[in-house]
Amino acid sequence: MKVSFDDLHKAFESRVRLGIMSALAVNEELDFTALKELLEVTDGNLATHIRKLEKEGFIKSIKSFIDNKPNTRYGMSATGKKAFDDYLKVMEQIINAQKKNT
Amino acid sequence: MKEERDYIQDLAEIRSMMERSSKFLSLSGWAGIMAGIYALLGAWVAHHYLEFRPDAFLYSSPYLHRTVIVATGILISALVTAIYFSRKKAENNGEKAWNLTSRRMLLNMLVPLFSGGLLIAVLVYQGFQGLIAPMTLIFYGLALFNASNFTIKEVKYLGQTQIILGILNCWFIESGLFFWAIGFGAAHLIYGIYMYFRYER
Repeated sequence: MKVSFDDLHKAFESRVRLGIMSALAVNEELDFTALKELLEVTDGNLATHIRKLEKEGFIKSIKSFIDNKPNTRYGMSATGKKAFDDYLKVMEQIINAQKKNT
Repeated sequence: MKEERDYIQDLAEIRSMMERSSKFLSLSGWAGIMAGIYALLGAWVAHHYLEFRPDAFLYSSPYLHRTVIVATGILISALVTAIYFSRKKAENNGEKAWNLTSRRMLLNMLVPLFSGGLLIAVLVYQGFQGLIAPMTLIFYGLALFNASNFTIKEVKYLGQTQIILGILNCWFIESGLFFWAIGFGAAHLIYGIYMYFRYER
């Protein structure tokens, strides 16, 4: 079993960040409230994780106004999609390797 | 460093999040069963008491108003029942019924439903009352087909069934109420029972 654990991107270490990426993988765009509802986390917690993912360039934000209220929607960037796919691939390898060992 | 089993857990969570965020899974089979029963009762009432027996596109019934009231009553009861059972099921799953996916599903149902409703209202006003049954079936089927993108795939088959029945009904206008009973009644019953045994037992 020679899969490098380091291949797994640090950004996906947190369950919340992994959740954000999973939700954005199947939804083109989601706004802050929708993500909050799905993940059941606090505003501050979600904002921190979003900022981290944005800094990595994995997600992009689209700001707009709905009824004069600011509304921010998030979507996955091309870089983010690639990173997420790679993460899934490495996980698959790890799990397969584990299966062979037992 | 994470353990292997953590990755399996991660995968399970990814899967669950993808499903939860894109599909409304709290639709209850009981809602379908009850809607079917209401529709069958309604068709029976319309046939026996309101003498609603359209035999041509242009058809006039002395009790048209009451027939429309009965049909609206059935629609509302079915909706209330569906909301009730969905809320109960969502609660059991520890989720909210009024969430992102249910809102999206409803929005996608509303467009065909409203266009169909308006068209039917205009047709009835023009005297094409024989078209009520096939048109409600077709547009309801389209609404279900559209909604199925945001919920379990069985809804798609239910939608297709309604559309086919509606189109067939146009050839056999005189059996409008029969097609209505099959589509809204029997099809919902079968769908509801299937859903109940497949997902809820």
